[in-house]
Amino acid sequence: MARYDRAITVFSPDGHLFQVEYALEAVRKGNAAVGVRGTDTIVLGVEKKSTVKLQDSRSVRKIVSLDDHIALACAGLKADARVLINRARIECQSHRLTVEDPVTVEYITRYIAGLQQKYTQSGGVRPFGLSTLIVGFDPYTGVPSLYQTDPSGTFSAWKANATGRNSNSMREFLEKNYKETSGQETIKLAIRALLEVVESGGKNIEVAVMTNEGLRQLDEAEIDAIVAEIEAEKAAAEAAKKAPAKET
Amino acid sequence: MECVFGMVGKGFALVVADTSAVNSILVHKSNEDKIMVLDSHKLMGASGEAGDRAQFTEYVQKNVALYQYRNGIPLTTKAAANFMRGELATALRKNPYMVNIVLAGFDRDTGPSLYFIDYIATLHKVDKAAFGYGSYFALSMMDRHYHQDMTVDEAIRLAEQCIEEIRSRLVVAPQNFVIKIVDEDGAREHSWRRTTRD
Repeated sequence: MARYDRAITVFSPDGHLFQVEYALEAVRKGNAAVGVRGTDTIVLGVEKKSTVKLQDSRSVRKIVSLDDHIALACAGLKADARVLINRARIECQSHRLTVEDPVTVEYITRYIAGLQQKYTQSGGVRPFGLSTLIVGFDPYTGVPSLYQTDPSGTFSAWKANATGRNSNSMREFLEKNYKETSGQETIKLAIRALLEVVESGGKNIEVAVMTNEGLRQLDEAEIDAIVAEIEAEKAAAEAAKKAPAKET
Repeated sequence: MECVFGMVGKGFALVVADTSAVNSILVHKSNEDKIMVLDSHKLMGASGEAGDRAQFTEYVQKNVALYQYRNGIPLTTKAAANFMRGELATALRKNPYMVNIVLAGFDRDTGPSLYFIDYIATLHKVDKAAFGYGSYFALSMMDRHYHQDMTVDEAIRLAEQCIEEIRSRLVVAPQNFVIKIVDEDGAREHSWRRTTRD
């Protein structure tokens, strides 16, 4: 199969686009990212590798705003992410200019996915090495949405999803524990999913909350407080499990 | 017939514009808002060709918003003024925008500022500015009564005096005016001066 992975416009005999699959590998090596949709809140969480001491952490924002009502988190090649995010931001403003309406979450997701697909069907270019989680509230209807795109250019809507490193474990956790939540419960669910694969602590996680009012980045102290709550709940659950056994 | 003017006061800037939309002898509407809120702390009063006015001001507004998303901080008033001037200058020798703009803004570190931007891409930072036939009267009035560090009430009083002059001395005076103000709390509509209801 070595002959079929140089120019990505070429299919392999068994119908694979190897460059796209290799791009998905790049995503699998990227930092963990999770998104959870609640009834009035959507939460994005991203793993933050313990900051290199001299780096100014404010310059590495992993969850970004595309518009007032749309935010994006991604896993994979960060340099590719910059390019996609820039194009998406321009498209958000361009849409506002031409139709005097903000974009819907589905529109901008379709745009980003379309862009990712274009680069799987052009000569001399490689696909974008990232999967994105796009969240937002649709204008006028106020319906919350969470979408995911990947390097092949496919996209779909999710109630909760994870991408990047150990995304399978996170997704399993979410499948087991997902239920309709709102407000603080949604934030806790997202952080619990992330804590399955990330070292616990406020400095290893970046969390942003999207509500009708806009995007709010949680600061370290807030995250630490919620993590402490979660640990306490876990400990209480453990104790409850052990206690009845003792009584018998 | 269109009239836009503005002035800087103590910790704020004011922009006043007429609200008539006219086509030769017909007044389409007399409550057309020509002062666009560019972002939280900038006001852009525009006069000139109606289509160009809407097109150019909306284009600038979206580009200012894009800058903010890309860079995480808003443009300064000076930067926005220069961006506008650049766009006007680039289009000038091909397909000029027939729009005159009074840009008022408040920046946290430099305070209020006012910019006069002509349709041929003239840019001046000023304390008082005016466009249109009404400018003859507004500028004279402001030359006489304007002073540094006016309070909001003094500035509104001066704006009313300008409007009075325009109404009484201009043969086809606009009927209604809108006053918008920008200070450290942001850009917002202040009040209207109406002679007719739409």
